[in-house]
Amino acid sequence: MRNVWIICRKELRSYFTSPVAYVLLTLWGLVFGYFFWIILRHFLMDSMESQMSGQMYPLNLNEQVIRPLLQNVAVIGLFFLPMITMRLFAEEKRSGSIELLVTSPIRDLEIIVGKWLAAMLLYCCLLLFTVVYLLFLFKYGNPDWKPILIAYSGLLLEAGAMLAIGTFISSLTKNQIIAGATTFAVLILLWVFAWSDFSSTGWAHVISYMSLVTHSESFMRGVIDLKDGIYYATLIFLGLFFTARSMESLRWRS
Amino acid sequence: MQTVPWLRVSPTRTIFMITVKELTKRYARNTAVDHISFEVAKGQIVGFLGPNGAGKTTTMRILTCFMPPTSGTATVAGFDVLEQPMEVKKRIGYLPETPPLYLEMETAEYLKFVGQLKGLSGAELKKRVDYVCERCAIVDVRNRLIGKLSKGYRQRVGLAQAIIHNPDVLILDEPTAGLDPKQINETRDLIKDLAGSHTIILSTHILPEVEQTCEQVVIINKGKLVATDSVRNLQARARGAESMVLEVGGRNGSLEPSTVQQKLERVSGVSRVVCKQQVDSRAVFEIESQKGRLVRGDLARAVVESGWDLNELRPAAMSLEEVFLQLTGKDKEAAAVPADTGAQS
Repeated sequence: MRNVWIICRKELRSYFTSPVAYVLLTLWGLVFGYFFWIILRHFLMDSMESQMSGQMYPLNLNEQVIRPLLQNVAVIGLFFLPMITMRLFAEEKRSGSIELLVTSPIRDLEIIVGKWLAAMLLYCCLLLFTVVYLLFLFKYGNPDWKPILIAYSGLLLEAGAMLAIGTFISSLTKNQIIAGATTFAVLILLWVFAWSDFSSTGWAHVISYMSLVTHSESFMRGVIDLKDGIYYATLIFLGLFFTARSMESLRWRS
Repeated sequence: MQTVPWLRVSPTRTIFMITVKELTKRYARNTAVDHISFEVAKGQIVGFLGPNGAGKTTTMRILTCFMPPTSGTATVAGFDVLEQPMEVKKRIGYLPETPPLYLEMETAEYLKFVGQLKGLSGAELKKRVDYVCERCAIVDVRNRLIGKLSKGYRQRVGLAQAIIHNPDVLILDEPTAGLDPKQINETRDLIKDLAGSHTIILSTHILPEVEQTCEQVVIINKGKLVATDSVRNLQARARGAESMVLEVGGRNGSLEPSTVQQKLERVSGVSRVVCKQQVDSRAVFEIESQKGRLVRGDLARAVVESGWDLNELRPAAMSLEEVFLQLTGKDKEAAAVPADTGAQS
């Protein structure tokens, strides 16, 4: 556990001593701010319309603002997460510092989990940014906080799976660009698998079930579904497991 | 070989910090290391000598548990690299060919991180960081970003990193590669300084480096062990026949190289004279002496007595390649001139 934390702290520090974290946070804040503004504007237009027409539409901050907003967080994450994970191993392999890590009295798994955890914590920082926006909603409205909490835990799980996949891909190459681009492609594929549910054949179901999105829907609705939690946990486990195998093969090949 | 004080009861016994037995590493296409065996006694500096691609780095990587051997065994401080890698890793400090640095970290911060990785913490860690900064003369760059340091400083930070946990064994892969002459000297002195408290293996393809720093040499070529011996013995073996460079100048502006050559060949103890170059009234010769004969004085006398100028007379630096050729008994020139077998060993 101590070793995991040592690695994690080092990774976090390198995120925050290089411009990486700040650039990501800034861009994230901009993009999310835009989404927030658009969605909130729609909501306000709807509410004005409902007042003017005299009919009271059922208006709900949770359903009409927060849920679409957080669903978009997952989409923005799709673009941002590869940038978080691409350097994790690729950079160390290119500079040769991986030799220091694997010749130190520390297990491969501790290195991997430490790095993944650092990526998770950086993602948490991104999520904290979004919380700031939501606080405004709490100030001027009265949303229900419980589904929000569940949605956030869903986002965390989903990101955990995506970051684990990114960590694995980063361990396969020395080139950050290749790691980032491949991660992006894989995540997009896992995303659009959801659309393959057009036919009722078994395979279409299987593929659609594998999609990252389908499993986040229940969380977004404020429902904890064990099946979806297990899906993400499995992905995290598999991602980190394959990273461990990839590190082992590095030892045998290089 | 050095004996350890508490083992004086049996003074002939030596403690081996590193034992390598029949070590082999095969890749898909080639064999990088081929049945290598050697031992390193405690407190020694051993030079690991070989041309590029000889298998030095591979052997070192096996010793540091970076990669497993295909067959054979290697033990460090009594622990097997395959069976107890954690114990081995705790006792080894490793400086790879490119120092494993994080350019975005400050020197002290980096050393602290490595110390933690090796299991140090608290006051002990702080003490060690201070100590290695002092030892490796990097105190003045403690708070500088490693990315902004010069190559020489980076190499020293790399060394500091390797000794931070006071390991029994130090493994240094080409520690002086890419440094300028002054830095090379400083690094060598530092390494010599570290011997005694640490057992050191350092790899290099520069022969003088081994002569200056090491007590024992392990020479490998194409994955095979060529020789393992003390530096002194090896020098004697390699330098049995001396070769020299001699430059002769003519007094009155003209010089007939063939006359000079004949004259030089007649000096007793000279086995071969080759004219390398002739410009105007100057000629450069390469001269080889027979094994165990000192001929420089006679050569000088012969030149001066014939009325020529002796512009230069110096021993030719024995290149690593020549040593290899001699040690492996594959001297190309000797094969071409069968009569000249004096250089063989």
